[in-house]
Amino acid sequence: MRRFYVACLTFLLILPMGCTKRSHVVSSLSSKVYGAQMVLVSGDKQVAGVGSKLADPVVVRVNGADGSALAGALVSFHGEGLVLIPTEALSDSSGQVSVSVQLGGIPGSYELIAETPKSGGGITVTGVREIALGYQEKVGKEVSYKYCTTCHDPESTPERVSNLDNLAPPLPHQFTDGNTLNEMSDADLIKIIADGGPALGKSPQTPAYRSTLTLAQIKAVVAYIRAIADPPYQPPDAKN
Amino acid sequence: MSLRNPLRRIWRFFVGTAPRRFASVSMLLAIVSAIAPTEDFFSQWRHYQKDYLRLISTRPDAARLRRRFESGIHQIWIPEQRVVDRCTTCHVALQEASLNDVRREPFRPHPAMPHSLTEFGCVVCHHGQGAATTVQEAHYSTKAWEQPILPARYLESSCGQCHMDALEGTPQLNLGRRLLARYGCAHCHAITQPDGTLVAPVDEPPSLEHIAEKTGREWIFAWTKNPQAYAASATMPNYRFSDQEAADIASFLIAQSTASDNSAEDLPKSVASLSGNDTAQEGASLYGTLFCASCHAIQNTAGNLVGGEMAPELTRVGNKVNPDWLRRWLRAPQGYDPKTRMPRYRFDEKQIALLSSFLLSKKDDDLLANVHLPPSDAESIARGKKLVSDYGCVACHRINSISPPESFAPDLSRIGSKPLFQVGFLRGMPETLPDYIAGKIHDPRAFGPALKMPNFSLTDGQIEALTTALLAQTDRAVTMPPELVRSSPHPKYHPGGDAGRLMEDLRCQSCHTINGNGGEMAPDLTFEGSAVNRAWLLDFMKNPNTLRPALIRRMPKFNLSDAEIKGLSDYMLSAYQASGFDSQALDLSTLNSDAATRGKQLFYRKYACQSCHIVDFKKDKGYVGPALAGVGDRLTPVWMYRWLKNPNALLPGTPMPNFSLNDDEARDLTAFLTTLKEHKKGGLK
Repeated sequence: MRRFYVACLTFLLILPMGCTKRSHVVSSLSSKVYGAQMVLVSGDKQVAGVGSKLADPVVVRVNGADGSALAGALVSFHGEGLVLIPTEALSDSSGQVSVSVQLGGIPGSYELIAETPKSGGGITVTGVREIALGYQEKVGKEVSYKYCTTCHDPESTPERVSNLDNLAPPLPHQFTDGNTLNEMSDADLIKIIADGGPALGKSPQTPAYRSTLTLAQIKAVVAYIRAIADPPYQPPDAKN
Repeated sequence: MSLRNPLRRIWRFFVGTAPRRFASVSMLLAIVSAIAPTEDFFSQWRHYQKDYLRLISTRPDAARLRRRFESGIHQIWIPEQRVVDRCTTCHVALQEASLNDVRREPFRPHPAMPHSLTEFGCVVCHHGQGAATTVQEAHYSTKAWEQPILPARYLESSCGQCHMDALEGTPQLNLGRRLLARYGCAHCHAITQPDGTLVAPVDEPPSLEHIAEKTGREWIFAWTKNPQAYAASATMPNYRFSDQEAADIASFLIAQSTASDNSAEDLPKSVASLSGNDTAQEGASLYGTLFCASCHAIQNTAGNLVGGEMAPELTRVGNKVNPDWLRRWLRAPQGYDPKTRMPRYRFDEKQIALLSSFLLSKKDDDLLANVHLPPSDAESIARGKKLVSDYGCVACHRINSISPPESFAPDLSRIGSKPLFQVGFLRGMPETLPDYIAGKIHDPRAFGPALKMPNFSLTDGQIEALTTALLAQTDRAVTMPPELVRSSPHPKYHPGGDAGRLMEDLRCQSCHTINGNGGEMAPDLTFEGSAVNRAWLLDFMKNPNTLRPALIRRMPKFNLSDAEIKGLSDYMLSAYQASGFDSQALDLSTLNSDAATRGKQLFYRKYACQSCHIVDFKKDKGYVGPALAGVGDRLTPVWMYRWLKNPNALLPGTPMPNFSLNDDEARDLTAFLTTLKEHKKGGLK
């Protein structure tokens, strides 16, 4: 009989060993240095394919009350759908912390949030927006690099000299110019690409691409414009 | 004792006699078969489907969504592609565009894509186990199934299973494939693509058969130790040789070198024999006016590379080359290396002297300052030869006395389906195939000190792209029905006859594409004969100038003889013709001054062509297309007319849009353009 009880007891003791130990996320870093404010140094509004690692890290700087860089302040990062390395770090001698960002698998905007405890309680928060392109937006990017950005982007690159300054006013809008382009409907954007500027009573400097691009390519350009708009584009039904 | 008695009584009640035993077992069976279906009832997918119904009940179009929803297990079955996908059982809303603000999985609609769901199913692109109906089995590796879901960052690789051409939607795959060819991966690894063709390397590592003429042991030692220390842009990987190994290799390479065809030629004059003091300045400006920078780069004082990447960087070329070799090379590059892409420029003695003196001044005295090698001996040479054969140097370079190895490195044709049990992962790395491939490219020797694969200096983005291209090499790609594989192989084209030999000599196809073969730096010449007027072509060959205001890279000036120019031009005019370019295409008598006046209105007002093209250099500023001042001299009226009607038909992929012009508009614009003649300056021709 005793053997029976011993067996039961042993079984009960062994049972919990099969359970997975739940790991507790405990902050391994601690700091007694508190910043007054946090500023973004670089790495916002980067554009990359879904799931990709951004080319440049996001860098923030913690400042003290006098505005000077503060070393040793604890900064933590989080963002829905993002893979961040590291998730927390202490600021270096120039007050900076950098984090490498891998985007999520869903096309659209992602927000990376950096937090640091404030002196005197509370936390300082900085939000950084990054953009993930899906298939359609990637097509739009390729098409617009080939046909559009020469005139729509004031920046020149070694491969492409900007033509924007050579044009007669009214000058073209940059594709990131959300203040202007967010006000235009998808239908209007498709129309101006397909039928040229005059179709909407604008400059003939925008040629009609109806016979050059397919409707799918034109829609892809619109999707790309929507993806990189700054401020971000809100679809009309989401506004209501 | 109190416990044992009731237990014994229960036991006796159920299994005490044979009939009781039978009855008990039958009861048990009945109960089991009664509760078996409840497992299905509590299954994961049913839970998701219930969740989905709750989700849509709050949507404005709930009734429509509910009508379209079917409960139960869904399946996409495509026998010829071996697709049995039940993913849509949980991912119920893939085709519900009205849910595109939903970000919660598995209820997100599928983002826009080029194929429909029923055409290819899910696993062809996303991998995973299509027939499974639980998240764990469908998405992750199990012992029986090693195909977990492909991470989104490598998703473009799936397009590469069928598509061999560069697609607009797959920039990363396209980059990866370019890198596979550019970084010489295919010299060592055989990579058969799904259309049956092998990845062909586009880099041309130099022949080392006559290397002793070109450089010395010290430089070979320094280069072998660390190619990037000599030229930051070098694609030669770092093999991490020890000093001893590098010295042995240098000894062997010098020892095996034989005399090239060039060495028998007399030496061109050196700059010392020239009169005048400003040779350095003159040499630099000659380097500029000959457009050497179209292909070669030199680091400027700010550390930026200025110039093209088609040919070797020249920042420290003065440390590398033997002055005599350089002068002979400039005169006849193909005499040293018959496969070089460098044209034979027909430089005169003075040009060679100036250029070589300029190039020899490009050096960094620190580079070889600390290289002191012991004299070469037979043992060192023998060790060097063994290293050169062991490390497969001949897979890339031609070297005397060693023949190219066959299948030197593993075949990568099916690397995208490599079974995980064959993979030796590093401790601590995620045990997935993409992580393995990326890790192997990042630091090959980390997987074993005896491995020979060298370290390529690649960025994270390049590694991601290469991994994407390699992941496209799947078993599925090999067994895809052939009619689904999209490729457009370019048949090899070489111009023939005397003109063809001249074009080889000038290496025209290093920069120009003709009939789908050649470089991308300069305009496509496939239809050049239909496009241009003979007088203009003769003039251009003699004195090439750029047609594009914003372009720094230009056609270099070859010192061609009149007979060569005439022969070459006539060949191009007759051989490079598009079909249907006879006089029937356009009635030239209609190109009158009225038409030209109307055409000018169309050009400036209706179509604002001056936004991209310059007609009048004082007034117009457009940078996008070629300048049209003098286009009446350059292009034939029929070409202009046909081009205006449909540019893409004559040059697929041109950025010039098709304006859907009607016949009258195209004719009027042509009439205007033919009036644009350049006023010839005296002495140009």
